[in-house]
Amino acid sequence: MPLNKKLQKFSATVRSVELGTGDKTTTLGGGNTYPFYTFDNPTANPAKIGIEISDLGLADEPDCIKEFYAGCETVVDMAKKAVTVEGADFLVLKLIGGDPNGENKSIEELVEVAKAVADAVDFPLVVEGCKNVEKDAQLLAKVAEALQGKNVLLMSAKEENYKNVGAAAGLAYDQLLGAESAVDINLAKQLNVLIKQLGVDPGKVVMNVGSAAAGYGFDYCISTLDRVKGAALGQSDDSLLMPIITPVADETWSVKEASASEEDVPEWGSVVERAIDMEITTAVACLSCGSDAVILKHPTSIATVSAMIKALV
Amino acid sequence: MALTGIQIFKLTPKKNCKECGSPTCMAFAMKVAQGAVGIDKCPHMSEDAVAQLSEASAPPMKTIEIGKKPFADNKNDKDAAFKLGGETVLFRHEKTFVNKTRYASTVSTAMDDAKVDQVLADMAKIDYDRIGDRMYVEFIAVDYTDGASAEAYAALAAKAAATNRALVLNVKDEAAAAAALAAVKDTKPVLNAADASNYEAMSKLAADAGVVLGVTGANVDEIYDTVAALEKLGNKNLIIDLGTASVKDAFANGVLLRRACLDKNPDRTAGYPTIVNVAKLAPGDAHQQTALATLFTMKYGSIVILEEMSYAQALPLYGLRQNLFTDPQKAPRIEPGIYPINGADENSVCLTTVDFALTYFLVSGELERSGVPCNLLISDAGGLSVLTSWAAGKFSSGSIAKYIQEFDIENKIKNRTLILPGKVAVLKGDLEAKLPGWNIVVGPTEAVQLVKFLKDMQANGQA
Repeated sequence: MPLNKKLQKFSATVRSVELGTGDKTTTLGGGNTYPFYTFDNPTANPAKIGIEISDLGLADEPDCIKEFYAGCETVVDMAKKAVTVEGADFLVLKLIGGDPNGENKSIEELVEVAKAVADAVDFPLVVEGCKNVEKDAQLLAKVAEALQGKNVLLMSAKEENYKNVGAAAGLAYDQLLGAESAVDINLAKQLNVLIKQLGVDPGKVVMNVGSAAAGYGFDYCISTLDRVKGAALGQSDDSLLMPIITPVADETWSVKEASASEEDVPEWGSVVERAIDMEITTAVACLSCGSDAVILKHPTSIATVSAMIKALV
Repeated sequence: MALTGIQIFKLTPKKNCKECGSPTCMAFAMKVAQGAVGIDKCPHMSEDAVAQLSEASAPPMKTIEIGKKPFADNKNDKDAAFKLGGETVLFRHEKTFVNKTRYASTVSTAMDDAKVDQVLADMAKIDYDRIGDRMYVEFIAVDYTDGASAEAYAALAAKAAATNRALVLNVKDEAAAAAALAAVKDTKPVLNAADASNYEAMSKLAADAGVVLGVTGANVDEIYDTVAALEKLGNKNLIIDLGTASVKDAFANGVLLRRACLDKNPDRTAGYPTIVNVAKLAPGDAHQQTALATLFTMKYGSIVILEEMSYAQALPLYGLRQNLFTDPQKAPRIEPGIYPINGADENSVCLTTVDFALTYFLVSGELERSGVPCNLLISDAGGLSVLTSWAAGKFSSGSIAKYIQEFDIENKIKNRTLILPGKVAVLKGDLEAKLPGWNIVVGPTEAVQLVKFLKDMQANGQA
C-alpha cells in the first residue's frame, strides 16, 4: 500500500513581479506552494538570485571579491562583469557611499553612478540606498526619476520614509518598490497596507521582511518567513501576497565566521571558504522558508545556490 | 486517530480514586487526551483499555535513540544517547522543534588507511563552544563499497567507533553488516542497510544486535511499504533513509513523510526520523553539500551525512541549527559576564547592554567592526531587549551596579569609562551616584551607530 500523500493546495498565489524591461527581465514570486514543494504543485517560477556591487567599488571588499573583479576600474566595469556570473538573475547596485556617517556622497553623484550602470548593462536592476532613512528618502526618489522606463526595484521604503520613496518609485516614475520591515509579520503587513493606501499598486511591491546571518538570531527570520508565507497562502492575505526578497550578503560578510583572518583563527581554515559557506547556508535557509529571491555577493555562492534551485524544481 | 477526553474517560474505571494524581477520572482523562500524562499512571485500567489507548495516544513520530554521547558533552545535553525524531509540528513557530539535526563525516572501504586517518583527524578538529553548546561532528558514516571484505569493513567501523562518535553503517552486504555489528554493536550504531529486497535478514541482524535499522527504497512508496513490512515483523526501531535518487526526491520524501505522520489522522508508519546522505547527492562538491545540508537541516533531516565536514561548513550549519532548534517562546540569552572584543584588556573602555542574544549579536558585531578594543559587560536583564528590560525594571542603575559588584569588575578592569545604551540615557545620573569613580557616557541609540561613536572616542583619546 503506497503512502497516502497529503498534498496541500492553496487558493492564493503570490503576485508575480516582473523586473527589468525588454528581453532581459526576470520574474519574482508567482508561487502557490511552500518553497520547493513541487509535489504539491509544480513551480512555474523558481526562486531568483541577485548579485550585488556597490558604488564604493572594491575599496571595502574582501580579497576574494577584489580578485574576482580584478581589472575592473569603475563601478560600471564591475557591473558588466557581475552580470556574466552563472546563476545571477539580476544585478543589485548598493549606493552605500551616500551614508552621512560614511562617505556622504552627494545625491547627484550617486544618481550618476546608478544611471551609468543602468545604461551599461542590459540586465534587470535593483538599486539599494545607503540605509539612512532621511538620505534614502531623497536619494531613491532621484534614482527612480533618473532610471525612468527601466523598471528597476528600489530598496527600500521603510516605515519612516515610505511616503517619499513610495510616491516617487511607485507613483510618479512607475518603478518597483521594496518594502522593508524588521523581522515581524505584523510590521510587514502594516507597511504593505500603508503603501497601498498611498496609492501604489500592490503588484509593484516586493517585501524585504528582514534578514540575519545564520546563527545570529536567525530564528526570528525563519519564523517571520514561515509565517508570512503561511498567512499569504493559507489565509489568502492580500496584504502579504508580495514576493519576498532577502539581502543575504549584507548580513553574512561581516560576521566573524566569514571575516576573521586566518592569522587570528588558524584552526578555522580558509576565510574565503568560510565566507562562501556562510553565504550559501544563509541563502538556502532563507529560500527554504519563503524568500522568492536572495541577494548574494560571491560567484561561487551564486552558482551553488542556483544549481540547488534547479535541482529542486 | 487521537481519542478525545470523553472517549478516554469511558475506558477509565470511573472510581475517582486519585491514585493517578488527578482529583477525578474525568480530569485524568482530559490530561491524557492533551498528552500531559501517560495512560500508565492509572493502576486500574484493564489491559485492553491500556492497549487501545497507548496505540491511540502514542506520539505520531517516534523518538529513536542512537549511539552514546561522549562523556564530555555539554551541560545542556545530558542524555546518554542521541535522540532523533519525536517532532510534533511542521514549523518552529507552532511549537519548539525537539531533537536537533546531527551531522556526519564519511569514511569508506574505498579509502586507503591514510585517507581514513586524515578524515577522522580533520573531523576531530571541529570542536568548539557556541553559546553554551558543544559543537562537533557527532556521527560518522561508514560506507561499505562492493568487493571489500567483511573483515576490512568491521575493522573500519571499529576504527571509526574508537573516535567516540556515533556510527551510521551504510552497508548492503549481509556478511559485512554482521561483522561490523559484532565489532561495534555496543556503541549503538545505525545499521543503515534495509530495503525491499533484504529487509527480513537485515531486521534480524539489527534486532539481534539491539541497534536501530535504517530503511530506504527507490521511492517514497517503496520506503513506506518496507517500513510497514518491518513493523509487521515487530521492528519499530527504525530510521528512514530518504534516498539518493535525486535532491528533488529526497526533499519531497522527507516533507511528505513528516506531513503524513503529523496529519490530524497521524500515519505512524511515516513517523520515523530520517537520514539524508548529501555526500551521495552531490559527490565531490563541498559547496553544494553545504547548500543541501542547510536545506535538510531546515526540512526535515535528522542525520545529515557529508563527505568531510569542514570548519567552513560547520560554522554556519551549527549556528543555523542552534537558532532553528530554540524555543520560539523563550528569548535566547547570553551568559552574563565580561566579553572582551578586538583584543581588549583591563585598560579598554567598557560598554554595557542586556543579555538578549539578538541584542548581544548586533552590538558585538558592530563593536568588532569598529576595530576599537573594548569590554562588553553583559548583565542579567531577563533575556529582554534594552527598552523592554528597562520597562520591566530588569535593566536599571541598580541591576548594573549590582552586576559590577558581583562580577568584581572594578578589580578585573582598570578603565573607568562605561558606555550606556542611548535608549536608557535616563539611567546616567542614578548610575553615577551608585558607581562613584566611573565616567558614565551615553552611547548611541542604535547598534549600527556604534562604529562611528567608538572611532570618534578613539580619535579624541577617550577610548
